[in-house]
Parts: sequence; structure tokens; C-alpha cells
Amino acid sequence: MQIKEKIGGTVTAISMGPIQAVVSLRDALARGADRALLLSDTAFAGADTLATSYVLASAVRKLGAVNLVVCGEKTIDGDTAQVGPEVSEFLGFPCVAFVEQIQEVRKDSLVVKSRMGRKCYLLEVRLPGLITVTKDINMPRLPTLKDKIRSRKAEVVLWNADDVSDVANKEYFGLSGSPTSVIKVYAPSTGGGRGQIIEGTSREKAKKIASILKMLNIAR
Amino acid sequence: MREHGNVLVFAEQENGEIHPVSYELLGKGSEISKKMGVELDSVLLGYRLEEKANGLVHYGAERVFLLDHPSLRDFDVVRYSRNLVKLVKELRPDVFLFGATRIGRVLAPRVAAALRTGLTADCIDLDVDDEGNLIQIRPAFSGNILAQIKTRTKPQMATVRYKVMKMRDKDLSRRGEIIWRDVEVIENTGLRILEKIEADEVNLTEAEVIVSAGRGLKKPEDFKIIEDLAMVLGGAVGSSRPLVDAGWISKDHQVGFSGNIVKPKVYIACGISGSPQHLFGMRDSEVIIAINKDPSAPIFKFSDYGVVGDLYEIIPLLIEELKKEKISE
Repeated sequence: MQIKEKIGGTVTAISMGPIQAVVSLRDALARGADRALLLSDTAFAGADTLATSYVLASAVRKLGAVNLVVCGEKTIDGDTAQVGPEVSEFLGFPCVAFVEQIQEVRKDSLVVKSRMGRKCYLLEVRLPGLITVTKDINMPRLPTLKDKIRSRKAEVVLWNADDVSDVANKEYFGLSGSPTSVIKVYAPSTGGGRGQIIEGTSREKAKKIASILKMLNIAR
Repeated sequence: MREHGNVLVFAEQENGEIHPVSYELLGKGSEISKKMGVELDSVLLGYRLEEKANGLVHYGAERVFLLDHPSLRDFDVVRYSRNLVKLVKELRPDVFLFGATRIGRVLAPRVAAALRTGLTADCIDLDVDDEGNLIQIRPAFSGNILAQIKTRTKPQMATVRYKVMKMRDKDLSRRGEIIWRDVEVIENTGLRILEKIEADEVNLTEAEVIVSAGRGLKKPEDFKIIEDLAMVLGGAVGSSRPLVDAGWISKDHQVGFSGNIVKPKVYIACGISGSPQHLFGMRDSEVIIAINKDPSAPIFKFSDYGVVGDLYEIIPLLIEELKKEKISE
């Protein structure tokens, strides 16, 4: 929204998921998105990051004239952080991941700050482009009550596999388009059982730890 | 024809320095390439890095493909991925590994998407099944369970956590081949580095001492107590996941499956109960000291020294004692 206020245009919120994701997209509308699009179809189900990225990239291509794609760094469950960069590859967009700050917004480029390796980089990324942002990027705006009520009635556009099939190959959707599969899940064995409990008064405990640290050449 | 393609390791460099995760990958890479009955290759992109390429041989690479060109001096995801994709199409490796660093985590997906192959993020272990396929092990569902993942396309790609694999000992007598490759020069990729800023980086993985806080901490300001102790010990501040999720401290400080995996000399866990996801991030520390009010907290089973007590009481006393010892010397 802040970028739109600087250079104009419209904001589209887009997601792939089960129909319940409409709720999150309505929230995006309440916070100011101009339109919302949900990609939902059993054909999309079971997707790994490659198939997910492919469907999202196809939708962006179908929308057309998209100048900037903004993705979150990663989902909180899968934690892979792969979807953003994969979408950018499918679209042929330059991308910057882990953006902490957008310093400048121009019609045809952004200046962003991103931490890579041991340094922070100030990067110019040409548009159309894609960035993934960390949660430090900003505080989400709070929707007003009026916006919330309005968004409840607002339409979330639904696209299924057929709707994007003119720009995509259906074989690459969902489970069939996912090269990775989970073969087994299990609880990690944590080992353990080495401990020694330090007894005494709080002062004695503190003294004991201090002497251990000293023995380890940590506290000098 | 050989049954399997080789194992290829992406050697990451920044400012001409090889990231140590690359050596760890070579260590694991030699193990799995042996199991698969293939060779271990590495690829290095950068400028003026012949010497570094030799270094990769000392850590186990049998062949190093060197793409040496000024345009590759700094990381540019478009230039790097295009050149890697080209190389992979020629070499047809079975396995292609990256460090799960920030560079690896943006580069590997671009390469995987271009090759339309599977990629598993953030693996903590790798193995080979009876058919010579890669088994990728990673935490799932916020890190409290592990998942084994297989990839049905080639190359089987994975990013691998720093500090979980063992590097082999450096062996200067190891011989390997350095193969110079032509670089595809891409002038304008749409990305331009305007400035490199020295980050006041939290480098948890390198710290010798880490003092971490968990849910025993009552409010964000109280990190001051943890910082004070870390300061006295010349260490870094860590955190368990809930405090990071609550926004009390930045993600760089998080210890655990979904944060940093650390192996400091001393790890002091303050008010941390010890969820599996946290334990996996720190259990290889040399010495673990736990301070927790709850005597039944799982963390005590994993610590070398446990103190049942309130961190708000113990830590200030500990700081006092540590300062006292300094003066008495």
C-alpha cells in the first residue's frame, strides 16, 4: 500500500490454498488491497514448493502487467523460504530475498536493503521484479471497522486449474508437479541424560557456576 | 554408462572467502558420493579464486569447476543461477548441494526452478537409500518432528544447515582437478549493488559462549539481564523460538531447528524448558548450563550443569560472582 501511494497502481493479494484461505484474503482487502485472488482446486493440492511456485507464477503471468511481486520470506509451517525465488525464476524477474527495508521507490526500480552473508547490501532491483520481505519490513496497518465490514462483502476472485491452464501446463500442478515427497516423519530422538544438578542457596549456585565458567577458561 | 551422476557441491564465497558450510558439505558429500559409487565435484563462482579452488580439494573435492570472472565477484542471483544451470545441464549430477545460508536459500530455488527439479530446504542430515537415491532429512511442522524426503527428479537438490555436518580434516596432500569453465557474462541482470554495509551482525554460529533466554523471561526489556551476562562472558545472546515469534528479539538470535544450530563452548539456557526443536539447535554445545524454575523441565536432562532457580535471582548473583573473580585476579 505504501508503494502504491508513492507510484500509483493497484494492489492485488494472491494466495494458493484451500477455500478457507478466503478469510486471509478478505483481511488483505480490509487492509487496503484493491482485489484478492485465490487459487483453489483439488488439482493444486499436495504441491511442494516447485508446484506451488509454478501455479503462483502462472497466475501472475495471467494477471499480466504485474510490476512488482512482494512475497513473505517464508511460511510459518514449511519454513522453506523457497517459493519467492522460485516464482521469480518462473517469471524471469530479478529478485532480492530477505529484504529488511525498502529505501526508495521509483517507477522502474526499488532500492532495498537485504542481509546476505556477513554484510548488508543496498541493492537496486529493476522492475518488473520480485522481493521477499522479512517480518521486520513494517507493522501491518490496522483495518478500520468500516473496512472490515466492507471487506466481508467484497469479492475474492476464485481461480481453479482451468482458469490458469491457458498460461500453464496442468501436469506441473499439485501432486503430479511436485518432485519431492515426504516418505517418513518421526519424532527426533533427543538423547540426553548427562546432567548434574547444582544444589545450595542461590548465592552458592551462582558461585558454583562462576567457578565452572572460570575452569572452562570462559570467565577470566 | 555409469548408473549415477556425481555429487556436486556449491562452494559459497563472499569477498573471496569460502563459507565454512562449503567444507562441511564436502565432508558429507564425500560420504554420500562413496555410498553412491560416484565422484565428488564442487563448483566455485567468483573472481581470482584459483587458490581457493585448491582449498576445496584439500577438503575432499575430486574436481572443482571454477567459474572465474569479474562479473561473478559479488553474488548476483541471476548471474550465478544462469551459470550454474548451464553447468548442471552439462555435468548432469545426481545430487546438487548448497549451504542453507541466505545466499544458498535464494540461489538454490532459482536453479531448481530453472531445472524444474525438486529442492529440499534446510536439511539437517543426508543419506543414501539402497537404490542410490538421496534421503533428505529436515525438521517439519515448526521443528518438532523430522521428515525424510525423496526427490524423483535429477539432480536431487538440497540446502543444508550450517554446523550440522562434519567437515573432513584439511589434507594438503589431497590431489584433485581444477577445471576452468567459460563464464556466461550477463551485463544487466536488473540487480545492482549500490553499497555494502558492514552489518553489526549477530553471529551466533561463531560465538564461543551463548546465553539464551526462553519463556521464563517475563517481558522483552528483561533481555537486558541476558545481555549483561553475555557481556560479562564475552558471548552472544540467543533465544528460543517463542520470544522471536513474539517479536521480542530478532530472528538472528533464534537457536533451534528453525533458527541457528550452534555448538559453542558454553551454552547457558535461562528459562528455557527445552522443546525438541530448541534442543536440536544447541545439544552439541560442549558444556550446557541450564537455569530454570521448574525442576521437571526437560532441559535439565540435556545439561551438564543444572540450576533449579529463578533466572531473575540467579543471573544477577552470577554476574556479581563473575565480576568478583575478575577483580580478585
